[in-house]
Amino acid sequence: MEKFIQLKSTAVPLPIENIDTDQIIPARFLKVTDKIGFGNHLFKDWRFDEKDQPIPTFALNDATYAGSILVAGDNFGCGSSREHAAWALTDYGFKVVVSSYFADIFKGNALNNGLLPIVVSPEFLAVILNKIQAEPKTNLIIDLENQTISIEDTNYTEYFEIDSYKKICMINGYDDIDFLVNNKDIIEAFEKTSLQIITTI
Amino acid sequence: MKKKTLFDKVWDSHVVLEVPNGPQVLYIDQHLIHEVTSPQAFAELEERSIPVFRPKQIVATADHNVATKNQHLPIVDDLARNQVEMLTKNCAKNGITLYGLGHQYQGIVHVIAPELGITQPGMTLVCGDSHTSTHGAFGSIAFGIGTSQVAQVFASQCLLLNKPKSLRVNVNGKLAKNVSPKDVILYIISKIGTNSGTGYFCEYAGNVFREMSMEGRMTVCNMSIEMGARGGMIAPDEITFDYIKGRKFAPVGEELLQKIEYWKTLPSDEDAVFDKEYHFDAADIAPMITYGTNPGMGIKITDNIPVVEDASFDKSLDYMGFKKGESLINKPINYVFIGSCTNSRIEDFRVVAQYIKGKQKAANVTALIVPGSQQVAKQIQDEGLTAVFEAAGFEIRQPGCSACLAMNDDKVPAGEYCVSTSNRNFEGRQGQGARTLLASPLVAAATAIEGKIIDISQQLN
Repeated sequence: MEKFIQLKSTAVPLPIENIDTDQIIPARFLKVTDKIGFGNHLFKDWRFDEKDQPIPTFALNDATYAGSILVAGDNFGCGSSREHAAWALTDYGFKVVVSSYFADIFKGNALNNGLLPIVVSPEFLAVILNKIQAEPKTNLIIDLENQTISIEDTNYTEYFEIDSYKKICMINGYDDIDFLVNNKDIIEAFEKTSLQIITTI
Repeated sequence: MKKKTLFDKVWDSHVVLEVPNGPQVLYIDQHLIHEVTSPQAFAELEERSIPVFRPKQIVATADHNVATKNQHLPIVDDLARNQVEMLTKNCAKNGITLYGLGHQYQGIVHVIAPELGITQPGMTLVCGDSHTSTHGAFGSIAFGIGTSQVAQVFASQCLLLNKPKSLRVNVNGKLAKNVSPKDVILYIISKIGTNSGTGYFCEYAGNVFREMSMEGRMTVCNMSIEMGARGGMIAPDEITFDYIKGRKFAPVGEELLQKIEYWKTLPSDEDAVFDKEYHFDAADIAPMITYGTNPGMGIKITDNIPVVEDASFDKSLDYMGFKKGESLINKPINYVFIGSCTNSRIEDFRVVAQYIKGKQKAANVTALIVPGSQQVAKQIQDEGLTAVFEAAGFEIRQPGCSACLAMNDDKVPAGEYCVSTSNRNFEGRQGQGARTLLASPLVAAATAIEGKIIDISQQLN
């Protein structure tokens, strides 16, 4: 997993609430067996019309906006557990998603792929969206060590929460498998002592 | 001693170790896999030369991508066929039991595990599918995971997790005769919204759930994720034990008696405290239907669409082609889908058959019946329901996820409305441009007969 420490980037606004993972990556693109190329299908049915032509009004097709930060409405990533949603966002080039709320499974999937989900207050989300829509060249500055997100050249800054273990993983590029495999002895000992292990199948 | 919830009891007994100031390592008893979210996890293990740790605690099936016609023939879609073949290869290579196409136990993963007795109270169970919450109906901790986590469970039979907070939804009172478990859960989600469960594990309590069949409880727990909760649970009781007894992988004899004694200790202690709690009166619940593009956008079938001033709400109604304040009664509907991990068990099809017996579907309607598993398909046949469906002009297909997420050919055309017993009405969920209205099997059946949405409660009264 790629390390994440700091990021300064412009951002793409997507002020829609309850963006579900079916919109991020529709089910018909889940038939492959690798993780390559999902970025081409990111937000497919909002980004392209029936003739596969870009819809100019959609933020990702609007040349006004660019950058590796996506700023989205409340409850981002709800619905299906498909990790393909995180793969599509990272493959497209996003490193951070900012919202006032993330669905649980999406949040975990993002963190397992080096994509940082940042939860901000609804008020701060509105400030960011207004600012980047008015001045699309505005940079957002993410400092994972200090857990802050700021709007460059302004006094706007907010502290964000992240699980301390996940923060270490992001900063160092570690993932959970290493940790779990290294604790196999303890897991095996637990299996021997636990009563709840199913033995019938 | 601190009073514990059902969730606490199961969770705490599965904690292997705690990372200081970090997550806990939770042991997973049972892992279910399917063709769509497992290939990248197998590939990851192979790349890192890590063996599958406990293959005997994994069960696989092919459901998302399979055709529901001519399952004896090779899958036509190259990508889908490759994915299903990849699952077969991966299972063979790693010694994992597969109930694949053609097997008598094949079906939707959340239908087959309970019907085979694999799902049992007090266990932890995961699957790379958000509707894994279904299995919580047995008093187990069951939740959907991403593919990275599928790889973690392959590698260690464990996951690193922070313990979720606890939520209890209480529904007490008497349900009207025509109100089904699907209406109960659609009602709850319409009241508390699609994200009030985020960060929580939910327990459903009250006489309404205690009196429900296991099929009904599974329908309720299935949709826990639609209110944001990772999982939903119902305390195991005699109804649970009776359902499990005699199933293929259920414990027998002395072991069963011992397990039942243990399962009886699982219900939440009387004074256990939940982080959040909701109370609803069963008498307030009526047949429901959704009008928007998330499962929280539901109304009583006789209510009008609410008037809300909000850009996301407008976008949703625009997609659906509905207006604020209007009624859905008499809206013409051309597609009806009865299936999915929410409502494809035998009880669902009995309800449908009972309603449509002697009737004919409306000429404008395409009505699909998709059993949740080969065993359900066999039951439909054995109970003589096939003839009822065929006489009414319904099309019976073979088991799979089908039009719930339209990965296969079972798609609803763009712009068309579909009254569906599935769990998600997201944009394009049942096909690009398709418009989904979620409802119970009874409402779906009535819609198919009338060719439009009707007030089912009035008709049955």
